[in-house]
Amino acid sequence: MSGVRVLVGTRKGAFVLTSDERRADWEVSGPHFPGWEIYHLKGSPADPDRIFAAQSTSWFGQLIQRSDDGGKTWQPVGNEFAYEGVPGTHQWYDGTPHPWEFARVWHLEPSLTDPDLIYAGVEDAALFRSNDAGATWQELPGLRGHGSGPKWQPGAGGMCLHTIIQDPRDANRLIIAISAAGAFRTEDGGKTWQAINHGLKSGQIPDPDAEVGHCVHHIARHPQRPDVLFMQKHWDVMRSDDGGDNWYEISGNLPTDFGFVIDVHAHELDTVYVVPIKSDEHHFPPDGRLRVYRSRGGGHEWEPLTAGLPQENCYVNVLRDAMAVDSLESCGVYFGTTGGQVYASADSGDTWAPIVRDLPAVLSVEVQTLP
Amino acid sequence: MIRVHLPAHLRTIAHIDGEVELELNGTATQRALLDALEERYPMLRGTIREHGTGRRRAFVRFFACEEDLSHEEPDAPLPAPVVAGAEPFLVMGAMAGG
Repeated sequence: MSGVRVLVGTRKGAFVLTSDERRADWEVSGPHFPGWEIYHLKGSPADPDRIFAAQSTSWFGQLIQRSDDGGKTWQPVGNEFAYEGVPGTHQWYDGTPHPWEFARVWHLEPSLTDPDLIYAGVEDAALFRSNDAGATWQELPGLRGHGSGPKWQPGAGGMCLHTIIQDPRDANRLIIAISAAGAFRTEDGGKTWQAINHGLKSGQIPDPDAEVGHCVHHIARHPQRPDVLFMQKHWDVMRSDDGGDNWYEISGNLPTDFGFVIDVHAHELDTVYVVPIKSDEHHFPPDGRLRVYRSRGGGHEWEPLTAGLPQENCYVNVLRDAMAVDSLESCGVYFGTTGGQVYASADSGDTWAPIVRDLPAVLSVEVQTLP
Repeated sequence: MIRVHLPAHLRTIAHIDGEVELELNGTATQRALLDALEERYPMLRGTIREHGTGRRRAFVRFFACEEDLSHEEPDAPLPAPVVAGAEPFLVMGAMAGG
């Protein structure tokens, strides 16, 4: 019988939640790596029992853990993330040059087809690749060598490369996003990159139409329609129909166009989810009501989803990697909050329930649909 | 035989129960001790000293014989009681974090 495995990274450990295809009862395993920040964990599409986790603390730095048995046991693999060549500088918060310094891994993206190939997006922003299941890591330096690197500046959470999207048609095509530099695309496996921020507008930077400097929070797309991208930006929900060449706003009737997560329904190509957050200063839902907003027409028109979600006195945040969908026939949608709840819907968002609560602050949520 | 006491997080990572005991050839220094520790437990590379620079991580401190050895030169000899195994070499996480 099929089922799902939900991988939850938190401020103080990782948790693995499993259920059958009904998704009514959940078994919680964890905390794995208690006391460590787990920014992200994700399973290999090519081998679902292979899961990678990014584990860090301010004391002992970054480790990468790998499980080959679906999260039951883990072993540390390689954790050396060395920038190629002389790293140079990017902008610091005050606008002065600041040396590139590795801080942590924000996002792990295993290959769609090769269980030994995995990408890592790191702070300070760079893209690394491992061809040996995490034992060793090499930077793809063409990204920072794009030429705009010295202009990149950290957002409040650091200068992180947080989104890595592979093209199922061509393994050499990748899209990445960096806070607060913007989105970039490669057609040649990471050797060369182009900024793909045309149409993004950011009032917080001197040139609102600048090639780089836009604070992209997350990008999502459906694997069956790789040229359509959905973006939650610092402000504005955006869409591209041409692989990122051009973007246009689809915020429509959202109560606020600020937020972090965005995701696409597993089967309905134009059904998109966001969680609006009141503002970049407050970082909690408007009016203390936690609402997922769903558009069934690819943006512009949004409906609030509230059934089963707290509608008063709720002041949690939902961070950029903390939403995911499963691919069961009735699409499941999942998200985690900084209040330690993971909410799930087994009916495309119509109704919700917490499947675990009172965890440490949730940093990431990923879902594996198991055969 | 030199005894090394590691913080709980690192013992967990390396699957260590209790103290580590290491034999060193030549002069017993901080660098030689940590090299030997990482040789036996490769998963600890980068957790005590930074990759590349080899510098002690900012929130990690070294103590022995009720002395703070954090700022000793890496190639300075370790205290005799540590070399003799009478006192452990302590790797500590600083009072920081959250």
